Amino acid sequence: MNSTNLLAQILEWMPFVLQGFALNILMSLLAIVIGTMIGTFLGLGQLSPGWIVGTPSKLATQLFRNAPWLVLLFYCIFLMPYQINVGGAVIQLPSWLRATIGFSFPVAANFSEIVRGAVKSVPRGQWEAAEALGYSRRSTLFRIILPQCITRMIPPWMNLYALLLTATPLSMIVGVEEALGRTQAAVQAQSDSRVLIPMYLALLAMFFLYTWPINRLSLMLERRFRTK
Amino acid sequence: MTISSNSQPLISLRGVRKSFGAFEVLRGIDMDIRKGEVVAIIGPSGSGKSTILRTINGLTPINEGTINVGEIKVSDPKLDQVKLRHRVGMVFQQYNLFPHKTVLENVAMAPIQVLKQPRRQVEERARKLLADMRLPDKANSYPGELSGGQQQRVAIARALCMEPEVILFDEVTAALDPEMVKEVLAAVRKVAEDGMTCILVTHEMGFAREAADHIYFTDKGVIVEHAPPAEFFTRASDPRTKEFLSKVL
Repeated sequence: MNSTNLLAQILEWMPFVLQGFALNILMSLLAIVIGTMIGTFLGLGQLSPGWIVGTPSKLATQLFRNAPWLVLLFYCIFLMPYQINVGGAVIQLPSWLRATIGFSFPVAANFSEIVRGAVKSVPRGQWEAAEALGYSRRSTLFRIILPQCITRMIPPWMNLYALLLTATPLSMIVGVEEALGRTQAAVQAQSDSRVLIPMYLALLAMFFLYTWPINRLSLMLERRFRTK
Repeated sequence: MTISSNSQPLISLRGVRKSFGAFEVLRGIDMDIRKGEVVAIIGPSGSGKSTILRTINGLTPINEGTINVGEIKVSDPKLDQVKLRHRVGMVFQQYNLFPHKTVLENVAMAPIQVLKQPRRQVEERARKLLADMRLPDKANSYPGELSGGQQQRVAIARALCMEPEVILFDEVTAALDPEMVKEVLAAVRKVAEDGMTCILVTHEMGFAREAADHIYFTDKGVIVEHAPPAEFFTRASDPRTKEFLSKVL
């Protein structure tokens, strides 16, 4: 009787927590998209032989890769405006969106390194063969080197995504109502100490069930690409 | 392969010097290679053989001297890279085929993408070259599925498809298993017999002797001597050449 009661009580709060988890997923998806786009430019920038593009790209990559995610999050939450004015239209920037942008920075920096590493892992002979056939540096990169890199970049990119998702609860600290924040709120609202452990277990299960398949898939792909 | 010795050389190197850091790899190289000629460069490792090849198509920029390929001045800072690479093909020791492209794409892509020639025409030429290299049924394979010897023959077809005037062969059999050396040398031989100007760096003395019109011997960044093979292998005059030949023959 007691334990079924407890289970019902927990299940009652699940939709509330799951809604929060949906926000974790939304933030992670947006951050990986933004981070991958910026990271691609940073990564290619790092490979530039000229210092005008090369040095700032390397600097930005190292800066954001070595900064604690939470610190970057604080910067974005407290230094970014609450709303921006785009051609007369006022766009609100809710805290979850600012947090998402905060997550995009370390993702971009890490992806920048993934791009650089993948390009560097292509043997130098590929560049020379392309050069001997009259390809410019740029078209060698885009037509010959990068197509070979895509498969090498997918597994680390998926790992990065899984890492990003597990980092999203950090945004609770800056007041985003995501799964961790909502679990905490739910536990407090029930004022029943017995729900504490099951509620947090349920939260862990959500993250695990979402990221574990991603990690498995990335491992599988890594094995497949290696044997090729 | 009859050469009129008074004709203008297709390729000429004059006083070519190249340093990597403090180490001077080439210390004044002079060479003249005429159209249709097959030239073999031999010498101990580290004597600068490969570097000579790489300076001719501009892969390695030189510090001093001049290199001319036809009317193209290779050391010119305003050099038209595409024009030079159109005329000078290169085959590497490690084949360097593009692993994500099929054999046919490997052979045809540069003429289509770099020289902007029509696809249909290039692919027809590529298929014919693959047949010449005795690889007619490998057009849709990927390089990873081929043996080293087959890959190297694809690399030769790739160089030929650019329709160059000269092909540089950089130790093209050095990475191959012994049983595959023969098939690749036969392919090089065919290219040479079809009238292509060839410059080869090789350790295959027997092949150099049979196939080359002229042999250059390099040691420590200089050309010690050069002569037609019959003369070179029997009447080498310089002690350094004699020493090297006594080791390899």
